[in-house]
Amino acid sequence: MTQGQRTSLCVGVFFASPYLIGFLIFLLGPLLCSLYFSFTEYDIFNRPEWIGLDNFRELFEDPLFLASMWNTVVYTIFSVPLGMAAAFAMALLLNRNMKARPLFRTFFFLPSIVPMVAASVLWVWVFNSQYGYLNWALQPVYDLVNAVCGTQYQPPNWLQSPFWSKPALILMSVWGVGGTMVMYLAALQDVPAALYEAADLDGASAWRKVWHITLPMISPILFFTFVMGLIGAFQVFTQAYVMTKGGPGISTLFYCLYLFNNAFEYFRLGYASAMAWVLFAIIGALTVFVFKGSKRFVHYEGGAGE
Amino acid sequence: MNDRPAGVAADAVKYVLVISLSLVFLFPLAWLLSSAVKPDALLKQFPPVWVFVPTLEHLKGLFDADSPFHLWQFLANTLYICAFTVFGTVLSSSMVAYAFARVKWPGRDLFFYAMLGTMMVPGQVMMIPVFLMFRKLGWIDTFWPLTAPTLFGNAFFIFMLRQFFLTVPRDLLDAARVDGHGEIAIWWRVVMPLSVPALAVVGLFSFLGAWNDFVGPLIYLLDETRYTLSVGLAMFQGQYSAQYGRLMAASAMMTAPIIVIFFFAQRQFIEGIKLTGIKG
Repeated sequence: MTQGQRTSLCVGVFFASPYLIGFLIFLLGPLLCSLYFSFTEYDIFNRPEWIGLDNFRELFEDPLFLASMWNTVVYTIFSVPLGMAAAFAMALLLNRNMKARPLFRTFFFLPSIVPMVAASVLWVWVFNSQYGYLNWALQPVYDLVNAVCGTQYQPPNWLQSPFWSKPALILMSVWGVGGTMVMYLAALQDVPAALYEAADLDGASAWRKVWHITLPMISPILFFTFVMGLIGAFQVFTQAYVMTKGGPGISTLFYCLYLFNNAFEYFRLGYASAMAWVLFAIIGALTVFVFKGSKRFVHYEGGAGE
Repeated sequence: MNDRPAGVAADAVKYVLVISLSLVFLFPLAWLLSSAVKPDALLKQFPPVWVFVPTLEHLKGLFDADSPFHLWQFLANTLYICAFTVFGTVLSSSMVAYAFARVKWPGRDLFFYAMLGTMMVPGQVMMIPVFLMFRKLGWIDTFWPLTAPTLFGNAFFIFMLRQFFLTVPRDLLDAARVDGHGEIAIWWRVVMPLSVPALAVVGLFSFLGAWNDFVGPLIYLLDETRYTLSVGLAMFQGQYSAQYGRLMAASAMMTAPIIVIFFFAQRQFIEGIKLTGIKG
């Protein structure tokens, strides 16, 4: 190593030192620790006791774990595509030639910056079947349907109903897609106008233009928000903790809520660590799977490939 | 195009759609903010009453000695953590970004890609050992577990700043080196001043992150005099779920500052959101 290289190594390591130290203290160390804990029985007060794969074996026989997995998968499967579709539709609408576009963009965006806890407190009331405005707004629709069909349907009890509690949280998640919409809108505005003009000359319909030009051109950002959405949805926690505590029953006991309960309510740190590693594996597998699939659907301009 | 009847009709549909969607999206927010100052008698009236004499009774209730929501205390705690976070994150992340962008050192690219890879690791995996570490240090029920980690840089902000630092012209750095400036001086006096727009975005988003953080304060803060707004509000909701006026006043106090900041820093907000997407 020459003198110059040694100096630059020192300079580089000096500037990077906050992250390098943080990497050891907050990432690598804890990662190895929690891997070790996942093979132990550990209640914080006594020393961790090695139990091999027992935690992992127990997980797949634990009805609460399986329920939390199911709830999380349902939430993810509905909230991510719904959110993306809503964001895309709103971005397409705003991308049209229109007056006061920045104003409308602000309107769509604002809900996404409301702090999650504050939003949760608000939506508990919105969903209240007696005093919430959602059912007040739905009542006329139900009345009409009942009058026409001679039925007796009533608006759902949302957060009090084991069936409707998940749809309620999914609906609430769509309210916060403003950030995604801003990303889509920015991507739409980067699509070269010449492509649309060429399509117009060929007499393409609006739908064909969306399908053959818009979607391929913004597919990288769609893909990115899809991956981030999956990861985020799988870690849903705050809404459930504040609004339902996992209830009614176990209908909104999501993965990370059950993990949190195991760690900080039941002090089953080994079991919670095993859950954390399973989560890590799921998210890793999802990411790899989506990346593999993306090669077929994502179009990168310039043909760079990656 | 608009002179054709079909064009006019399409225009009308467009505006009807965009206005009704705006109403749907803004309605909950408007309800939240208006309920915070709506007299009790009107709170549960339908259709919602929009024109009324605002009252401060719910807000005043938050300052009552018996109120479990100690607005001033929670606000002060939150602001302290936010200020520390912004300062720590901007300083440490920009330092590390400089190492990744403008210093050539063996192992740099390896660490850079390792860092990008770690962004995929869910925080829950580290949560328990980190908690035990802070417990050993005697830091439970202090602000340190929430503030100290910000001094070690944040992978996402490091990445963002690195991309920005790469755009600083090389000649500027070389000229400073020829003038005999050390690397610290170049980082602090040349690169940082040129990067104020990017630093503002990082500052803003680290502030928002700290303001909204829920899991961290929930795990580490036990005594209610140390609660942040988010934990305080969640506990308030748990205990007084029927006091809509006060709950909405408390929620509004947590939301309103963010909305005010948004209107002052709209460009940084939008830039920041777009930057998150650029990686895709």
